Amino acid sequence: MAQPSFETLLPRLGESFGATAEAAEAMGAMGDPRALPLLRALNDNRLGRTADGRLVIDGRDALTGEAAPSPAELLRINNRVRVALRGAMGRLAIVSPDAAERAAAAEAVFRTRSAENVPLLEAALAREALPDIRARLELALGASRLISNDPAGQRAGVAALAQAGTADARNLLLEVRASRTELAAEIDQAIAAIDGKLAFRRAAETLFQGLSLGSVLLLAALGLAITFGVMGVINMAHGEMVMLGAYTTFVVQEALRSTGMAAWSLPLSVPAAFVVTAAIGVALERGLIRHLYGRPLETLLLTFGIGMMIQQSVRLVFGAQNREVLSPAWMQGSLLLPGGIAVTQNRLWIIFFALAVLVAVMAAIRFTRFGLQMRAVVQNRRIAATMGIRTGRVDAATFAVGSGIAGIAGVALSQIDNVSPNLGTGYIIDSFMVVVFGGVGSLLGTLVGAMTLGLTNKLLEPYAGAVLAKVAVLVGIMIFIQRRPKGLFALKGRAAE
Amino acid sequence: MRRAILLACICTLAALPLLNMLPTDNPLHVSDFIITIVGKWLCYAILALSIDLAWGYAGILSLGHGAFFALGGYAIGMHLMRLIGPRGVYGHPILPDFMVFLGYTELPWFWWGFQSFPFAMAMALAVPGLLAFVVGYLAFRSRITGVYLSILTQALTYALMLAFFRNDMGFGGNNGFTDFKELLGFSLNTSSARMGLFYASLLALVVALALCANIVGSKLGRVLVAVRDGESRARFLGYDTLQHKLFIFVLSAMLAGLAGALYVPQVGIINPGEFSPGNSIEAVVWVAFGGRGTLVGAILGAFSVNALKTWLTSVAPDLWLFVLGAIFVAVTLLLPRGLIGLLEGRRK
Repeated sequence: MAQPSFETLLPRLGESFGATAEAAEAMGAMGDPRALPLLRALNDNRLGRTADGRLVIDGRDALTGEAAPSPAELLRINNRVRVALRGAMGRLAIVSPDAAERAAAAEAVFRTRSAENVPLLEAALAREALPDIRARLELALGASRLISNDPAGQRAGVAALAQAGTADARNLLLEVRASRTELAAEIDQAIAAIDGKLAFRRAAETLFQGLSLGSVLLLAALGLAITFGVMGVINMAHGEMVMLGAYTTFVVQEALRSTGMAAWSLPLSVPAAFVVTAAIGVALERGLIRHLYGRPLETLLLTFGIGMMIQQSVRLVFGAQNREVLSPAWMQGSLLLPGGIAVTQNRLWIIFFALAVLVAVMAAIRFTRFGLQMRAVVQNRRIAATMGIRTGRVDAATFAVGSGIAGIAGVALSQIDNVSPNLGTGYIIDSFMVVVFGGVGSLLGTLVGAMTLGLTNKLLEPYAGAVLAKVAVLVGIMIFIQRRPKGLFALKGRAAE
Repeated sequence: MRRAILLACICTLAALPLLNMLPTDNPLHVSDFIITIVGKWLCYAILALSIDLAWGYAGILSLGHGAFFALGGYAIGMHLMRLIGPRGVYGHPILPDFMVFLGYTELPWFWWGFQSFPFAMAMALAVPGLLAFVVGYLAFRSRITGVYLSILTQALTYALMLAFFRNDMGFGGNNGFTDFKELLGFSLNTSSARMGLFYASLLALVVALALCANIVGSKLGRVLVAVRDGESRARFLGYDTLQHKLFIFVLSAMLAGLAGALYVPQVGIINPGEFSPGNSIEAVVWVAFGGRGTLVGAILGAFSVNALKTWLTSVAPDLWLFVLGAIFVAVTLLLPRGLIGLLEGRRK
């Protein structure tokens, strides 16, 4: 059959019911996007033809969109035409201007695969620009070619499916393998290739989840590492500082809700949360904790009690139910990395954010005057004091920074966890484990500890389940401490005692 | 003088169930509610005593004693579940309801023997003791002390809580054990069973107090205090601090297990929530509030804080956590020797 062009098919619409149906089918097989509005209008009884043979929709020329001067007679359709239209419109959705419609159509063509779709898919592929939809189209094309009777096409189909490397493609290949014995070797090869790809993708996704959990732990543990490492203060209210940071995000969001700044509420929450929690931290340190220096067990109990009161205050003010913190548009949805690895945007941002915070803190300790004084106090408090460093002020500032970072962690957590009064409780024990594992007083240790814990947790999860993985990690740390009681990155020399 | 006050307290407690038998219109009548509540406090007092023994005398601040308490409770809970027998909802002659529900066909091996009361009681002491031995040995051997040990024990009870929440652990998951029927042939909801449990708890508390008093008064007790105040010094003087600490830690865990075993039949339920780290740290505060390093102080703390809790949670439930938090703050900043210190200070 000679390939009819779109233009030659136009006059046949409305010629007779049979001719209309044939023309619709032919248009459907061609994949010309101009056909879609025509056929839709025909289906809705809105397509008319003027006396001079032009096609008109709602008083406008169907092809050029100009106002049509002469009156048009509506084209009539019967059931046979309707059936043809439905098929053609379904296939033409693949070239629709709406991306979501195209994606859905490509998916549908893959499911209903038939050899007849090959030219349609080729036409659509030639036009498609979005990589996500191209991948779907290629998958559908591969599937359709595999069904066709053309041996070269079949080989190309197998190759395309292997290239796509999804679980769907694998299933299809397995299905076809029995009936296409001459292709068995190629199909087996393709399946092996897909298995390799799937395993790689799974590994990459597990790695991402592990890094994501690790970065969350890093954020939560960073402030703890500073207060614990520098001052030897166990701050059991640290989890509540994180929770306060998350609630600050909520308050900022509500305050900016109906203003033009609403889109900026999350970035603005970061300094806001830092200031709020740092202020509370300073008040706690100067008011209560400093009276207990040198008595870590008492400090632990004191801060636990304070945490309890903070938690209950938040529960009374904001209620016990979860509060909703929205994600800005640029953090929603997921990103498809090369190789088909899907990563959620908000978790990706949190990884970068955590690393940025870590770098900022390290730089502050390394290069600022405050950082220098802090390191001096860690090394030898008395000598630092004799050198004129006001250790009390350094303590207060250190505690402020530690608490402020907890608040920032709360901003990040508000994006992936429920904002409720006991938000912090879930992280505090893990954070302590990170600090103890990494080595007290070492930020690098905190980084390595957080990532190790996050990755181990996620690597164990598929085999042991989430809870047992957590238990196993805790037991692992207890055993690890046997070998290296001071953690991975222990301070050496006099600072250690 | 001290001895007389203590004796008077014990006699008052012992008289409570008798007053319960008076007719309800008698002004001295004590309600069933009070008996159950005080029975619970007696168990808490044993738990407080066990914490004080480790913390007040040996300087081992465990934030995981709730785990030993809960393990003791689970051991007796398993016995109580076995005694339900065919009276469960599903009417299975051997398997508890939750196992039938989860599709078990036979009793898991770790449930064997729990139909026997002596075995269950032995387990209520042995399991916490064994766990404390393993954890204590590993921790003390690598010289994990102070806050590190506290965090480690807290992680321990947290891990156990997560584990016991799982259905496939074979311990009833989320719901734990409840709907107990009888113990040693007594139906649990009769007043005679309540009285029996009350007296058993009181007796256990008195015996535990006597045992602890004996230990802290002995040479062992003095070595423990030395370890608490200067572990390296005690070690250099030739004492095996590991052995001493391990002994007291295991004993303390067994006492906590005993407290849990007495507690569960009285409240009629045990679930993984008992492992929650908050419970353990609350118990530590009873001890701190009463006065650590004095056995009577621990008991006093358990009674006074829990009395306050019972009263306040019925009058103003929202306030309780503020008050508890304030107790934490007050005890650490203002009352380092607790109520006992306050009382003794005034007497001087």
